[in-house]
Amino acid sequence: MKLEELKSTATQVRRDIVRMVHGCQSGHPGGSLGCTDLVTALYFHEMKIDESKGADGYLNFSREAKGEDLFFLSNGHISPLFYSVLARRGYFDIKEMSTFRKINSRLQGHPATHEHLPGIRVASGSLGQGLSVANGAAYAKKLRKEDNVVYVLMGDGEQQEGQIWEAVQFAPHYKLDNLVAIVDWNKQQIDGSTDKVMNNRDLKAKYEAFGWLTVDLLDGNDMQQVLDALAAAKAMLGKGQPVVILMKTEMGAGVDFMMHTHKWHGTAPNDEQLATALAQLPETLGDY
Amino acid sequence: MKKYTYTEKKDTRSGFGAGMAELGKSHPNVMALCADLVASLKLDAFIKENPDRFVQCGIAEANMIGVAAGLAIAGYVPYATTFANFGSGRVYDQIRQSVAYSGANVKIAVSHAGLTLGEDGATHQILEDLAMMRSMPEMTVINPCDYNQTKAATIALADHVGPAYLRFGRPVMPVFTDPNQEFVIGKAWMVNEGKDVTIVATGHLVWEAIQAGELLEQEGIDAEIINIHTIKPLDEEAILKSVEKTRCVVTAEEHQLNGGLGDAVCQLLSRKRPTPVEMVGVDNSFGESGTPAQLMEKYGLNAAAIVEKVKQVISRK
Ligand SMILES: Cc1ncc(C[n+]2csc(CCOP(=O)(O)OP(=O)(O)O)c2C)c(N)n1
Repeated sequence: MKLEELKSTATQVRRDIVRMVHGCQSGHPGGSLGCTDLVTALYFHEMKIDESKGADGYLNFSREAKGEDLFFLSNGHISPLFYSVLARRGYFDIKEMSTFRKINSRLQGHPATHEHLPGIRVASGSLGQGLSVANGAAYAKKLRKEDNVVYVLMGDGEQQEGQIWEAVQFAPHYKLDNLVAIVDWNKQQIDGSTDKVMNNRDLKAKYEAFGWLTVDLLDGNDMQQVLDALAAAKAMLGKGQPVVILMKTEMGAGVDFMMHTHKWHGTAPNDEQLATALAQLPETLGDY
Repeated sequence: MKKYTYTEKKDTRSGFGAGMAELGKSHPNVMALCADLVASLKLDAFIKENPDRFVQCGIAEANMIGVAAGLAIAGYVPYATTFANFGSGRVYDQIRQSVAYSGANVKIAVSHAGLTLGEDGATHQILEDLAMMRSMPEMTVINPCDYNQTKAATIALADHVGPAYLRFGRPVMPVFTDPNQEFVIGKAWMVNEGKDVTIVATGHLVWEAIQAGELLEQEGIDAEIINIHTIKPLDEEAILKSVEKTRCVVTAEEHQLNGGLGDAVCQLLSRKRPTPVEMVGVDNSFGESGTPAQLMEKYGLNAAAIVEKVKQVISRK
């Protein structure tokens, strides 16, 4: 997909996120908006996925993903972003977004396989587990000699979990050079800034010390820079080391009043705030 | 049926916050730890008054449990707090080795337990924590039923020496217990005396049991309602005494049927006084997103479900 098209897709995704969270008066808009450009770029540009469709017109989804690139969302609370991208990409009806977080929905508060939503391969929400799962998937790709890339997105607050560092240790040990991890380095978490809550310090130096190659993405809300970083990461694969993209983003990016604060980590906008937000996010692909 | 009314609804986690605020004044050894969920745990008042007795641990629960054990060894009384899911299953081995087996005086105080956490869904709705904590040697397990009882339990735990798991929740619920109640760990509360059936309830299901008792009264069934706030140690005497009279039991809890209060009661009765039992709880399934009321209805955890089980169990007498 071309740059302009990717940008307008991301705008629609942002609209979907804000509308979904407003619709059920619950969920996490901040991190979702901040990671929108990355996840849009992955699904609409970077990742190789099975493009075949079923009789219902939706993309065929295989959990095993033989011959496909894979994406795992470790910071599962940004589920509205994941759901919007999956629906817009063609995995299921965009109308289903209106059921987000409501009873009997496939769009659970945090991503789940339990209700069989196409596009989801493992549940997430309890933080710190996604990189380990991505390790296993990347390991399997190697065993099967499949030439695909495994992507996993994590939060920066999430980097505080001990399991992350068990997984960070594992990937270089097994030379998982088909693995690209992305850290959403927005410097915010629930109780405040990550610097104040539990300082991550120099994530780049830490990953390097564990044996990873690193890519600095200075503005993860600039689509061109996102594409460049993904291309740079891809070029580093196959050299015996996993790659991490340290992605600086702005929590709430795209909605002015949700930016520059941790307050919108997990808060839903009211009617008035929704209107203000949507005025900043023109409808580009048609609302659900 | 004894009448229970309420003038306000509050969340049990606010009862915890209020209890902590009091402990901040009365108990200089009490400390609070949290893993990036300060507002959810209602710790703001405690932290404001006692900033040096609060430790922000970040999103690193396993470390938090270890730090709490270290503080306890030094003589502090740490309350390690997070969501119930992350303060039980996620850190089971840390609790087992560094806290329970080591006899460290750590209080694990957790919110957002059960289905009533609501929209966040099954990843966060722990329904197995009572089973895990009950099975751990030395662990005291408490699941209070309203704001006042949670506050009282929080305060009582500070003077109780030994590891404890205190479980409460997110939704606002009627406040119907005495604000000045004496909370005795391990001692059941007789909610209503009756003769036809014993309803043993814990946590958010106690209010539902009272509602059920009123519905049953209209049908001429006189229910004895016992609140077991301390799942472990279980007040065996209170249950056995009641069963002597009613000869049948319904248990009710916001937890899996496997391993929770109902199982504890069944174990007691099958050993000491075999009695028909029916159980209200989640039947071997995960939860899902929805409003608390929708979920309690869908998974059969409300007054109507208790009434139904009461009729079943009476027919088995
Ligand atoms: C194991 C675990 N502990 C705590 C939580 C509660 N929680 C949900 S999101 C969050 C903050 C995450 O911070 P970050 O990774 O920086 O994501 P962001 O706030 O930037 O979206 C916390 C503590 C959780 N989901 N899982």
